[in-house]
Amino acid sequence: MITLTDFMIVSAVLFCTGMFVIISKKNSIQILIGIELMLNAAILNLVAFGKYDRINNSGQMFALFAIVLAAATTAVALAIILNVYKQYKTIDPDKIKQLKD
Amino acid sequence: MSIVQVLFYFMGLITLASALTVAISKNLVRSIFMFFITLFALAGLYVLALADFVAVTQIVIYVGGILVLILFAFMLSGKEALAAAQLQSNRFVSLSNLPALLLALLFLVVMINIIFKADVSNLQWIKEANGVKNVIGSNESMINNIGINLMTRYLLPFEAISVLLMVALVGAAHLSRKEGTRV
Repeated sequence: MITLTDFMIVSAVLFCTGMFVIISKKNSIQILIGIELMLNAAILNLVAFGKYDRINNSGQMFALFAIVLAAATTAVALAIILNVYKQYKTIDPDKIKQLKD
Repeated sequence: MSIVQVLFYFMGLITLASALTVAISKNLVRSIFMFFITLFALAGLYVLALADFVAVTQIVIYVGGILVLILFAFMLSGKEALAAAQLQSNRFVSLSNLPALLLALLFLVVMINIIFKADVSNLQWIKEANGVKNVIGSNESMINNIGINLMTRYLLPFEAISVLLMVALVGAAHLSRKEGTRV
C-alpha cells in the first residue's frame, strides 16, 4: 500500500529540484522548465489527495485545471522569451537590464 | 512488498533522478529531453495514485504540447543562446550556485520535517472518507464521474479557464507576430 506520505516526499524533492533550477540557471528556457517542475510537484499532491474524494473528484479536477493553466502560461512565456531574444540577442535573465530601448 | 509498491518506488526513482539530471546538466538539449522523461514518469505516478484520466491528460498536454513549444523556442532562439548555456560552469557544487543549492536543501529539510509532523494519513477528513467509503478503488474508472462533475459542479471554473485559455492564446499570438506587418 502506498501511503500519502510517500507521494508527498516525492513531491517535496521535486519541488526543491525545481527551485534549485530556477535560482541557479542562466537561461530563460531552463528557468521555465524549473517552473514546470514545481507545478508538477503541486499537481502530484493534488492527485494523491484526490484519491480520498470519490464523489466530487475535486483533487483530480483541479489537477486538470492546473495542467491547462500551465499550458497557457508556457505559451505566453515562450512568446515573451522569443521577443526578448529578438530585442537583446540573449535570453540570460541577468543581462536583461532595461525596460526601454 | 507488493508489485504496486515496487512500481511506485521505481517510478519515483526515475522521476527524481531525471529531475536532478535536469538540474545538473549544463547542456540545454539534454535537460529538455530529461524533462521529457520526468513528465512520463510523473504520468506513471498519477496512474499509481488512481488518476488515470489526469495521467493521459498529462501526456497529451505536457509531452505533446508544452515540450514541443519549448523545443521550438529553443531552436528559434539561435546559436548565441546555446553558447551562453554552454558557458556556465559545469560543476554541480560551485561558488556561483552554492546559495541556490543551500536554499533548496534547507527548504527540502523544512518540508520533509513538516510532512512527517503533519502525519497526513491520519487527518480528520481522510478518516471520514475512509469511514463512508468515499475512496477511489483500484478497479473502478473515474472518467464518467469526472465528465459529469465537470459539467455540473465545476462548471464555473471550467468556463473561467476556457476564457483564460483563449485570452492567453490570443496574447501569445499577438506577442509573437512580426513587427510591421499590421494592416
